[in-house]
Amino acid sequence: MLTQDQLLALINSAIAFGTVIMLGAIGEILIEKAGNLNLGIPGIMYLGGIGGMIAAFYYELGGGQSPVVGLILSFLCSMIFAALGGLIYAFLTITLRANQNVTGLTLTIFGGGVANFFGASLNTLAGGVGQISVPVTSSAYIAYTKLGYMGTLGKLFFAHGFMAYLAIALAIAMRYFLNRTRTGLNLRAVGENPGTADAAGINVTKYKYISITVGAAIAGLGGLFYTMDYIKGTWANDGTIEGLGWLAVALVIFATWKPINAIWGSYLFGFVYWAYLYIPGLSRRTLELFKMLPYLITLIVLIIVSLRKKRENQPPASLGLSYFREER
Amino acid sequence: MAVPCAIKMENITKRFGKVVANDHINLELHEGEILSLLGENGSGKTTLMNQLSGIYFPDEGQIYVHDKPVTIGSPKDAFDCGIGMIHQHFKLVDVFTATENIVLGLEGEGKFDLKAAGAKIKEICDRYGFDIKPDQKIYDMSVSQKQTVEIVKVLYRGADILILDEPTAVLTPQETDKLFDIMRAMKADGKSLIIITHKLHEVLDVSDRVAVLRKGEYIGDVMTRDADQQSLTDMMVGHSVTLNIDRPEPKNPSPRLELRNLTVFDELGVKRLDNVSFTAMGGEILGVAGVAGSGQKELLESIAGLYPIRSGEIIYHNPASGKDENLVGMDPLDIKKAGVGMSFVPEDRLGMGLVGTMGMTGNMMLRSWRKGKGLFVDQKGPEDLANHIWRELEVVTPSTSFPVRRMSGGNVQKVLVGREIAQEPAVLMSAYAVRGLDINTSYAIYNLLTEEKMKGVAVIYVGEDLDVLLELCDRLVVLCGGQVSGVVDARRITKEEVGLLMTQHRKEEAV
Repeated sequence: MLTQDQLLALINSAIAFGTVIMLGAIGEILIEKAGNLNLGIPGIMYLGGIGGMIAAFYYELGGGQSPVVGLILSFLCSMIFAALGGLIYAFLTITLRANQNVTGLTLTIFGGGVANFFGASLNTLAGGVGQISVPVTSSAYIAYTKLGYMGTLGKLFFAHGFMAYLAIALAIAMRYFLNRTRTGLNLRAVGENPGTADAAGINVTKYKYISITVGAAIAGLGGLFYTMDYIKGTWANDGTIEGLGWLAVALVIFATWKPINAIWGSYLFGFVYWAYLYIPGLSRRTLELFKMLPYLITLIVLIIVSLRKKRENQPPASLGLSYFREER
Repeated sequence: MAVPCAIKMENITKRFGKVVANDHINLELHEGEILSLLGENGSGKTTLMNQLSGIYFPDEGQIYVHDKPVTIGSPKDAFDCGIGMIHQHFKLVDVFTATENIVLGLEGEGKFDLKAAGAKIKEICDRYGFDIKPDQKIYDMSVSQKQTVEIVKVLYRGADILILDEPTAVLTPQETDKLFDIMRAMKADGKSLIIITHKLHEVLDVSDRVAVLRKGEYIGDVMTRDADQQSLTDMMVGHSVTLNIDRPEPKNPSPRLELRNLTVFDELGVKRLDNVSFTAMGGEILGVAGVAGSGQKELLESIAGLYPIRSGEIIYHNPASGKDENLVGMDPLDIKKAGVGMSFVPEDRLGMGLVGTMGMTGNMMLRSWRKGKGLFVDQKGPEDLANHIWRELEVVTPSTSFPVRRMSGGNVQKVLVGREIAQEPAVLMSAYAVRGLDINTSYAIYNLLTEEKMKGVAVIYVGEDLDVLLELCDRLVVLCGGQVSGVVDARRITKEEVGLLMTQHRKEEAV
């Protein structure tokens, strides 16, 4: 059996892991609700990660000492990088009406390439050390209050960087936005039936552009959290972000496009992903089976949801389709 | 002016390319009346109304709303003028509630309050006797309820002029009666309404006045109390126009395809064909007339093996062997294997007939891919056929590999008809073969069909232009609401008589 400490450690890794994919998934939910299937999320998370890294690196290279300034700069830069990635996707799929799947996959490859190119460049700038790091900025991301040291409950609930809470807040805000606001209603109409939205006087193009750009900026924060908190302000070009990005896309389906489900879903994914560390007697072969679990439960959820045929749990009706007014 | 006008359209002209859809039309809608806009398919009714609802912008002319000149450039402008249109195809989001659909796209001040909106909708429903629940999802609703949501939507936006585009096409008779009650209630409430329809009994039932369009022209208007079915039909179909289509006498027509009591239902369980019986003869052109949606599509698809048949028989008399074959229950491949030479030129040329992104050769191959040796298809045959059609039918295209999607409508149709004729069919069916085609191409198609007829083929021609049907075909089957309302000799019957058959259910004596 697990000891209490082991269980705590497992839950905390699950929350950290979950936060990365939750941010990616919330961004993707916003994008998909407007009818765009963006498979470029892994690339966008890469861009968000390297954007924050570049800002923090230059700030600290120039002798910056303030963790707060480093945090603000890296946070903004991360969102801008990710939003630009989203804008490329938006321009290609909305204005040029390119195929969404192809564009998204291309963006994933592109984002990974750009991020690792700059990651290596930063490494050269730093003098070719083995591992670049931005300790000052990172300290602002991983800091938590005294509460985090107080007993089991404190370690469970308060021993996380601020972005873990930000992700939950964003998920709740996203739910409120989508279900309780006029703009949210209009946005869902665009994703369900753009022709109807258009006839109702909603600017379909504008809604799609804004949802993709904002959604990408949110998803990019997943990459930022990964570099700054999860791997403590370093850069690793081992492709982990891409894997996490795909999990974020899977999480959107798992959550049946509902932001609140994404909260617990992301922790569940994190829990099953890391569980292998605590199960004795696994060989290298069998532990890979455990890493597969998040995808397996997504598959099972997909099957269950399809069988139940509840309309509210289905993807937005015109997900993946370009809208062209004259093709009535 | 004695009567105040809710809408006045002056000299409205709308063209689509070379086609004039509305030709200098003057139309008035008086305050507080129900006006029927009557006309055959393609007479320009919906086009005219779409210019009031902001979907199209008129090329010429002026629109007045409550005697003030207005410019309507978008659906929003129309709402601002108090005009609301209920389209034939509902514009609703399935997973939303009625309320959500109704408030969609509205810019409101202050808090977004669905409850308050729901209450206001409830109030509208109570006033006119609508039976919808504001919180019900659209996918849980019947067609009639969806239509009601559309009506409430325009009322919610404060429309006092309502346009209903063939609202009864999707309704049962009971639902239709209910709709008419609602329309009368709205009229009593001071609203002005236009109903687009081609069903005469509905016109007589609900409206105060009737305006008639024919081929894009305004024919005139009459007060409903001074009109009857006969006078309206005369206005709607007009006098015959001589087209001079070459129509040789059929040579030894013999029964080729015999339909006996054919009945089909669509996936929603609505009866689409009701006890349809007739015989198509080899060596003649059998026309199928009827207003749109009377069962023409279902009829052809049933014969081609593409539509599930509930009951009845389709008997094919094989001219070569003299044997009879029942085609019910066969799919197109079975029919082909049974040695029945059947060709079908469907209405949806690029959807069902051809593959748009392939060239002529590729599309020819669709008919012959089973030929050829082993793994490989025969390229040579289709290529020769494509070249033959290209040459003989004067198809305008740079090459036989040019995607057919990028050809003009007339050339696409030539490719399709050419391919089907090349199969040397015993039965050739065509649906709206000349729709969207210019005069010359239309005549080329007529001649091709007549040539087939003279070869002894049984040609079935579904058309919408009565003048063409009367001059091209030898006999006509008239459909009305899925029933055969008459099988008549196209050489003897008048246009008015056909018009009457098209709009009346089952007449006792066929002409």
